[in-house]
Amino acid sequence: MRDYFYKCIDDLTATLSGDEVLLGCYDGEQSDFVRFNRSQIRQPGSVTQREISLRLIDGKRHISSSVSLTGQSEVDGPKLSAMLDQLRSDLPHVPEDPYLLYATDVCSSEEVHNNTLPPSDDAVNAVLNAGAGHDLVGIYASGSIDAGYANSLGQRNWFSRPSFNMDWCFYHQADKAVKASYAGFAWDDSQFDRKVDTAREQLTVLSGEPRTIDPGEYRVFLAPAAMQEIMSMLCWGGFGLKDHRTKNTPLLKMVAEGATLAPSITLRENTAGGLAPRFSSRGYAKSDSVTLIENGRYRDCLVSPRSAAEYDEPTTGGDEYPESLDLTGGTLGADDVLGALDTGVYVNTLWYLNYSDRPAARMTGMTRFATFWVEDGKIVAPLNVMRFDETIYRILGENLIDLTAEREFLPDNDTYFARSTGSMNLPGALIDNFRFTL
Amino acid sequence: MVKDLETRLRNAMPSGVDYCSVRYLAERDEAVAVRQDKPLPVSRSETTGVMITVIADGALGYAATCDLGEAGLAEAAGRAVWWAKQAAGRAVTDFSKIAWPSEQAEVTGPNIRPWSEVSLEARYDLLTQQCARLKTDDRIVDWSAGIWFASSDSLLLTSDGGRIHQTRHYTMPSMNVTANHGAETQTRSLGGHSFCQQGGMEVLDTFAFTSAAPRLASEAIELLTAPNCPTGSMDLILAPDQMVLQIHESIGHPLELDRILGDERNYAGTSFVTTDMLGTYQYGSEKLNITYDPSRPEQLASYSHDDEGAASEKAWIIKDGLLLRSLGGTISQARTGLDGVANSRACSWNRPAIDRMANLNLEPGDMPFNDMVSSIQRGVYMETNCSWSIDDSRNKFQFGCERGRLIEDGKLTSVVKNCNYRGISATFWRSLKGVGPADETVVMGTPNCGKGEPNQVIRVAHASGPAMFENVDVFGGAEA
Repeated sequence: MRDYFYKCIDDLTATLSGDEVLLGCYDGEQSDFVRFNRSQIRQPGSVTQREISLRLIDGKRHISSSVSLTGQSEVDGPKLSAMLDQLRSDLPHVPEDPYLLYATDVCSSEEVHNNTLPPSDDAVNAVLNAGAGHDLVGIYASGSIDAGYANSLGQRNWFSRPSFNMDWCFYHQADKAVKASYAGFAWDDSQFDRKVDTAREQLTVLSGEPRTIDPGEYRVFLAPAAMQEIMSMLCWGGFGLKDHRTKNTPLLKMVAEGATLAPSITLRENTAGGLAPRFSSRGYAKSDSVTLIENGRYRDCLVSPRSAAEYDEPTTGGDEYPESLDLTGGTLGADDVLGALDTGVYVNTLWYLNYSDRPAARMTGMTRFATFWVEDGKIVAPLNVMRFDETIYRILGENLIDLTAEREFLPDNDTYFARSTGSMNLPGALIDNFRFTL
Repeated sequence: MVKDLETRLRNAMPSGVDYCSVRYLAERDEAVAVRQDKPLPVSRSETTGVMITVIADGALGYAATCDLGEAGLAEAAGRAVWWAKQAAGRAVTDFSKIAWPSEQAEVTGPNIRPWSEVSLEARYDLLTQQCARLKTDDRIVDWSAGIWFASSDSLLLTSDGGRIHQTRHYTMPSMNVTANHGAETQTRSLGGHSFCQQGGMEVLDTFAFTSAAPRLASEAIELLTAPNCPTGSMDLILAPDQMVLQIHESIGHPLELDRILGDERNYAGTSFVTTDMLGTYQYGSEKLNITYDPSRPEQLASYSHDDEGAASEKAWIIKDGLLLRSLGGTISQARTGLDGVANSRACSWNRPAIDRMANLNLEPGDMPFNDMVSSIQRGVYMETNCSWSIDDSRNKFQFGCERGRLIEDGKLTSVVKNCNYRGISATFWRSLKGVGPADETVVMGTPNCGKGEPNQVIRVAHASGPAMFENVDVFGGAEA
């Protein structure tokens, strides 16, 4: 679709007049989605979607619109021309935008990855074999994700990455389950089998009598997937310049009062180490790395082109929501986690977090999936779900004992509207006095 | 709807299969907003495509495409058949035994004052005026007003002759004002995200859009110096714009039949409700009456037929506190043998239909708000949802509201901030002591309900008056 998209923009550019500037974005995917329940197939299918968005600019006025592409030039061409005509017609009627900013230096790029994906029916067979005799529920998503940018100034950017993500649970009963995932670019049976075996081993622990603990403070280990939920909450307004300047950031105490996290906390938006396209919808190249928190102190914000114009700061290129978050590891070895936890709660996954008091960075959420009670460094029982209510200054500050040295690369399995290209690279965290409330 | 396209869609149905449906959707939207008295750029989108669903060899397969040409549709149909054959003998149920609905309908939803007839200048003028009225104090650091419009044109064709064409329009006004002093920030909004309905510009009048700004601004300022919500077990009155969330999370989702069947266990979660509880389980007090109700045309998730062609009719879900029926569409009903409702829906053409709660309403009661207040010695009145969290069985919840007021000796008194409460669905609704009457009921909704794999975000709706609960665990903010 790269050449097709570029041709669309070329054709439209030829119709521009005066000082008109055109920015174009493309998003498309060809995906297979197979949904499983109880080790059977619930909904198997394929989705082909392509969308182009156009932004017409004239001076300080601009207006944008997006439309689905059929892939047939005789249909799309007239449709795009009509859309541009409508934008041109409406443009004089929209107010000037003082914060309009887009890249005017041409910076073209191309990142195309080969398709080494397995045939989906092979993957489905492997999943059903893995689920035989167990209660497997989950989804296999696979296919190519494409993104493009082109403007009337001659810039061209293209991104294409085929990938797959098998995200599943083995259920024991009721809400007791082991969560697992296998994501990548080429299917390796031995890797998948290892993940299946590990999940099955945890499943045997879940078969024990579940324990319920009273609300109170406990020593906990948050596995990387649990940390991903904590970080996702912080990403919700935590690191954007606009949220900082409008005092909406949950990290307001760090900014306004100099509150700090533990010195071991260094957090970066690591675009260069992530999976997402490195160009933005306004044509900027995203900064390879932005240090958000360094040694526990707030450092830099992500600055969108709009915020850059509004607050007179340099842009970091993309949006103000991290896509490739990277938390530096600590010193705790993976084999030492249970021993260091000693007696407490091993949390594999957290779920459905939200703020109890946003300016205080106080958040609540639930334990989910394989969460265990540990005594004397040994897992002794699965734990019934518990609600926590804690501030980030206690979780990653005064009560943080250590982070694991090893980190886990966690591709985002989000498929709202389209398959995500986000990811996080996170360690686990050993924390004292973690508050459970319900 | 172009006749050529309809012919093409019908011709795309593959032969030699047990059943096929073709669901076409074209949806347009436009967002206009003003923030800090500066216009935000107009953003428009139009998405168009087709979902082809096939039943063959006892299994289901689907394929969705934005290529509406003959070749594109044929390729999608072939892919759907291929998937059905891949699933044959390995599917969760024998889909060939399902009695699929086959109906005819041509329906247009309300749209009294179409937004398309209001010029761009007029829309910006309206929003600029309202936005300016939010900036009443130096402590107000962010303020905005916006309107999001959408319209959908859907056509469902089935291989047994069904044809359902629905055109609908949606309007969602929004207003936000944020006040700050030091490390304290408080925000007030127009109903959270719940003030939305089907219709055009008339929806703005329904939610008093043009009179809300001064009140929201003064309330945000007032919250800056307000004390935290007290901690303790006490009586609680929830305003309609919090009840919308309470109904949604702790009644709607746990009653969705696909959750009960386990389809959602890897993502949205399971349910504390089991099929054997239907007809026997006391979900709440006798004050609790819940209906699946498509009969209010203005409500956000009203429709004549769901995305599998089932006709929507009002049904009692909970009556006098007793659980009667779950929320399952045609497939879930067939899998369980249970009664359900017409709620098999997809968020767009590129996602398959799953069970969704649609319009789920708290039927009016007989206790006016003032009577609730006067009956309480010590309690809290909370309004406008701002935080929501619930476990994957939809049982242990914690919700937060933008603003609260203490109730002392039967009177509303001082304002409190950071209002939170927590409870357990299975017992919470049994503490329901009163529901507001019909003239205090507000018809609300949300365009952002997330669920499903692949993920889907869809419109759902809830009508509710204020409601009073006793002995609820409430608390405020600051240190945990």
